[in-house]
Amino acid sequence: MARAQTAGNSQPNGNGTVPGREAWQEGRWAGALGRALRAASDLLTRRIPRADLDERDPDFIRERLPLMWLVASIWYRGEVRGLGNIPDSGPVLLVGNHSGGNMTPDTIVFTLAFSTYFGVERTFYQLAHNLVLAMPALGWLRKFGTVAASPSNARRALESGAALLVYPGGDYEVHRPSRERNRIDLDGRKGFIRLALEQDVPIVPVVSIGGQETALFLSRGERLAHLLALDRLFRLKVLPISIALPWGLNVGDFLGHIPLPAKITIETLPPIDLRLQFGPDPDLDEVYEHITRLMQQTLDALAAERRLPVLG
Amino acid sequence: MRVSASARVTAPIERVWSIVSDPERALHYMSGVTRWEVASEPSIGLSAKYRVLFRVGSAEIGGVVEVVEFSPPCELAWTSLTGIDQRGRWRLRELPAGLTGVELRLAYGVAGSGLSGWLAERIAAPTVRGHVRGSVQQLARLVEYEQLRDRAAARRAAAG
Repeated sequence: MARAQTAGNSQPNGNGTVPGREAWQEGRWAGALGRALRAASDLLTRRIPRADLDERDPDFIRERLPLMWLVASIWYRGEVRGLGNIPDSGPVLLVGNHSGGNMTPDTIVFTLAFSTYFGVERTFYQLAHNLVLAMPALGWLRKFGTVAASPSNARRALESGAALLVYPGGDYEVHRPSRERNRIDLDGRKGFIRLALEQDVPIVPVVSIGGQETALFLSRGERLAHLLALDRLFRLKVLPISIALPWGLNVGDFLGHIPLPAKITIETLPPIDLRLQFGPDPDLDEVYEHITRLMQQTLDALAAERRLPVLG
Repeated sequence: MRVSASARVTAPIERVWSIVSDPERALHYMSGVTRWEVASEPSIGLSAKYRVLFRVGSAEIGGVVEVVEFSPPCELAWTSLTGIDQRGRWRLRELPAGLTGVELRLAYGVAGSGLSGWLAERIAAPTVRGHVRGSVQQLARLVEYEQLRDRAAARRAAAG
């Protein structure tokens, strides 16, 4: 119908072009772009593996510990404190602030620390964005216990008695500008609190610093993501813009980047039993404020210890 | 990778043995160790299991170990059941003049980790060697100090 109307109004303008035809062509291009994006979205959705908790492979993790140790110890000079705060057994929801763009150095350092402290035999899952798991080169992440972020996967992981690491801030927080590096920003997402209440598991906040110094993050690129409909097609609210190695100006960070060797320090806080602390029917907003305030205070203390960016 | 350190302790072998065989006291002299806790019964002797963690680089590394050799007052050896592969041994020998020769050996690695494992073992070696050397020195100081205190207490008791 739109096509018939524009075709019927086609009159040459002063430049010798036909405005109706131009608009029709633009519409055709927009339609083609939309179709291409939708096709890419479908392709990626098909590539997202169904979460199979059994794909976690303790032997695989164990054999990769030396490599992770080299990266964490030499490149990031990682330091993880307070692992003793995590209950020795049983399901637990580890809630972290997320930093470092798509390279997520804090996850590498924390996964190593958790795996060596409790042993690879203790089941430990991490939730990740669908796109991360759809990348062909990152299939090995599933062997580490990384599963697509969804309420059902989180529920299944906790029901299996595992420790589960979630980053409620997700792509929104991980791509925050460098000037906000010492800020906890979970974007008001409270799903993790509902999950902890539903599964009746303690929440252990995990606060890290240094990840946002591994590149110069300029902007989340939220408007750009919205214009390209990435939010609707790929659940991506951001299209980050950063200056990172080896690309220089890095838009999207889809291919990752070489992170700067920033010192990563992680502090694990004492567990929070929501019903014990907030009564039988906790208020989500109150719990959210309590946890984010606690995490912000810890991050402020870690930031105060830091003398220089990157060097720590 | 295997590292070791030794020292001469001015104390009888039985006194040194009483300390190295007691898991409750491991944290008092083991350098770099963040946990040495009893994981199952029996707590002392052959088949005793301990959860042992060492701070090396950015991680606390270790796992559950089991005592596989327990020959008082000379040999105590353990091997890992979980975590990274490790074998450790306290080797005590009686020397003349009431001295005791003490040696601590530690072998570690991760089977199947390939080149990264080989590299990590070598890069971690100076730290692990420092922990092993520190443990032997701290053990010697602890034994000699306790012996000194016992003698002083005995003198005070005799005088009183």
